[in-house]
Amino acid sequence: MIAELGAFALMLALALSGLQTALSVLAKVRRSASLRGGGEGAAAGAFLAVAVAFSALIYAFVTSDFSVANVAANSHTDKPLLYKVAGAWGSHEGSMLLWCLALTGFGAAVALAGRTLPAGLKALALASQGTLGLLFIGYTAFASNPFQRIADPPVEGRSLNPILQDPFLAIHPPFLYAGYVGFSVVFSFAVAALIEGRIDAAWARWVRPWTLAAWSLLTVGIVLGSFWAYYELGWGGWWFWDPVENASFMPWLVGAALLHSAIVTEKRGALAGWTVFLALAAFTFSMLGAFLVRSGVLTSVHAFAVDPTRGVLLLIILGVAAGAGFALFGWRAPKLPPGGLFAPVSREGALVLNNLFLAAAAATVALGTLYPLIRQAMTGEAISVGAPYFALTFGPLMVACLLLVPAGPLLAWKRGDVHAVVQRLWLAAALALACGALAWMVVHPRRLWAPMGLALGAWLILGALSEVAARVRLGAAPVAESLRRLKGLPRGSWGMTLAHLGLGVFVLGAVFEGSWKVEQVSVLAPGRSLQVGAYTLTLKDVRDVAGPNYEAERGLIAVRSRGGAVSEIAPERRFYPASRQTTSQVAIQRHGISDLYVVLGERRAAAGGGDGWLVRAYWNPWARLIFAGPLLMALGGLVSLSDRRLRLAVGARAARPVLAAGAAE
Amino acid sequence: MSRWRAVLAALAAVACIAAAAADPAERLPDPAQEARARQLFRQVRCLVCQNESIDDSEAELAADLRRIVREQIAAGRSDREVLAFLTDRYGEFVLFKPSFSLGNAVLWLTPFALLLAGAGVILVMRRRSPASEPLLTPEEEERLSRLANSSPQDRIEEATVPPQGGPTNARDG
Repeated sequence: MIAELGAFALMLALALSGLQTALSVLAKVRRSASLRGGGEGAAAGAFLAVAVAFSALIYAFVTSDFSVANVAANSHTDKPLLYKVAGAWGSHEGSMLLWCLALTGFGAAVALAGRTLPAGLKALALASQGTLGLLFIGYTAFASNPFQRIADPPVEGRSLNPILQDPFLAIHPPFLYAGYVGFSVVFSFAVAALIEGRIDAAWARWVRPWTLAAWSLLTVGIVLGSFWAYYELGWGGWWFWDPVENASFMPWLVGAALLHSAIVTEKRGALAGWTVFLALAAFTFSMLGAFLVRSGVLTSVHAFAVDPTRGVLLLIILGVAAGAGFALFGWRAPKLPPGGLFAPVSREGALVLNNLFLAAAAATVALGTLYPLIRQAMTGEAISVGAPYFALTFGPLMVACLLLVPAGPLLAWKRGDVHAVVQRLWLAAALALACGALAWMVVHPRRLWAPMGLALGAWLILGALSEVAARVRLGAAPVAESLRRLKGLPRGSWGMTLAHLGLGVFVLGAVFEGSWKVEQVSVLAPGRSLQVGAYTLTLKDVRDVAGPNYEAERGLIAVRSRGGAVSEIAPERRFYPASRQTTSQVAIQRHGISDLYVVLGERRAAAGGGDGWLVRAYWNPWARLIFAGPLLMALGGLVSLSDRRLRLAVGARAARPVLAAGAAE
Repeated sequence: MSRWRAVLAALAAVACIAAAAADPAERLPDPAQEARARQLFRQVRCLVCQNESIDDSEAELAADLRRIVREQIAAGRSDREVLAFLTDRYGEFVLFKPSFSLGNAVLWLTPFALLLAGAGVILVMRRRSPASEPLLTPEEEERLSRLANSSPQDRIEEATVPPQGGPTNARDG
């Protein structure tokens, strides 16, 4: 019964999305406030309806209703409650429903939160959002319905893949999808502004908070997935340039570019056309990601590629939505008025360079991801594009971009003064180089590139701090004055500082872990030891333990540090009978920002006879920075989002004149 | 999104998941040769896994490929020769780093071509827009004319108090 309610709610949501589009368009044409209110009500209603459908699906999973095909294929009565709930978005159908939930949620948020947006712009944005809702809810309801019943329900379900039964992975999709789909609002705003033919500072100010929110959520989603890969897949890798990861990275890069170009449009009225282009591109890449992951075009054995027509349908949706958006852009953008002028060396100039690099980087990731497909279609030859390619192309682009980051915020708008920037940054540059030199001398084994990478990370961090120091006139003004200024810094500025600090932190972690990771593998009989980094690991015992839905071998391993401190860790090797799979539960002992990472492998004959176990131990120095950095960036986004100016901008009908902004900051 | 990748990996071969190359049973006795082998493993794709190098994969085929690479290295072949041997056998698909061939020119050159093209577009746009910024903004013009028509005392005040309560060049975020 509940599943039927869900299916009904989904159809209702489809109808309400249609109504939202129709009423909003009519409201715009007739300039009618009541019609507009109807459109907004429909947007809120569509969200409620999808929420009901989604709750119904979760209910079916929690109660293990195996007469629902999706539950039977992805759940099991033995599964812990959290993973039953998470199972609701663990499959293609369920994750599409999650996508629709986010899509209508953002639509409702625009309807309710953007109360004082200009009426025409808001109605058009809601019409566009409603159209996207029609496309995706329609796709879910007719081509991927998660509520399909089976005539002959099995007694037990097939369970969720055990390596997906993990708390981080359970919350990874909601963040990721909120991020992906958050860009739909930006897309809709772009469509609305193009139809209205007016893109100004006020528009950019309305778009920025949505971009910030979507980008921050996407960042968190990517970090969760990456952290999961780090500890679950069993060898400490955290990024593989896998097509599916790239699918989430492309909208992230475009979103980052959009964040920066929208600032130029907001403060200086320049780059309006480019900002709109990025606003369309961000969601287009989100949709491309959804297509790539679900179509099976990139992988021969994709879990979601149950039915190729689903992929084709998604491609059609992508073509319709993105095609309409960009056609509108091609038609209207040339008529946009040119923005404010600026010298090549200026804040605007720096942000243009940032966008040039980020856009080229996003295009590189897209090319690397799609090229094997293109090449195969054209010549029939299969090739692979993996990490070495991205290291040689994406790498230099990003390094060049990162080198410029500290300078950008120190340049003045319109016409910057290189001399002043050098004056404010020479100390940071000198210290960063000193850090690199120190690393070169101190850290063994000696490597050539890694110290330069560390210097880059230090440069980003010190550069961000120099910017704050320059803002509060540290050293140039009395301390009390500097403190007063520090307190007065707007949150938007703190957000930027945090995000740029996060970049530096990430670079430090990625470089250090990548260059000085230590690996040690041995077959250990109980009582024998191996040495990894500064630690001696002794296998004490291996015991059989039973989990809720698995059986496991648990290795008890004593860890002795060089200083003599002893602790214990217990990696497991688990067998899940429901899906007949073996997984390893890595034991990670955090030491400050570094990880001791231990995996229990298979049972083998030990050197001296008798049973032994393959034990893999890694010392992952500074590994935690890899995840802390992006989290800092996301935090920066959220802090920026909480800036009063942005909230006011959402609420204020007439944005304050751009000119006043300079003095207020 | 790495979860879907994991689903695939799990479906293709459960054994694909784990760092397999360091297995002591496989290692070469010479540490320098072993290090070279590991370097090569990371560039070679495990053909039955979804998207893993043979350095990471526990699949049997990956173990075979590792054995081939180690044997060839032990026999004194160069990295290039080893990779060429694998490509002859399994096609270019086996390499994570596509060759610098004519067929892949688009792949290797596009990122940098895009960067140059973007820079070119920016330059052209700058050329097309009015040659240069007017020397003074309207506010500055106004201020100048006010200065010109005012008493010496006013002039000093006007000149020391910047307009709009702050320096025009104030940095802001």
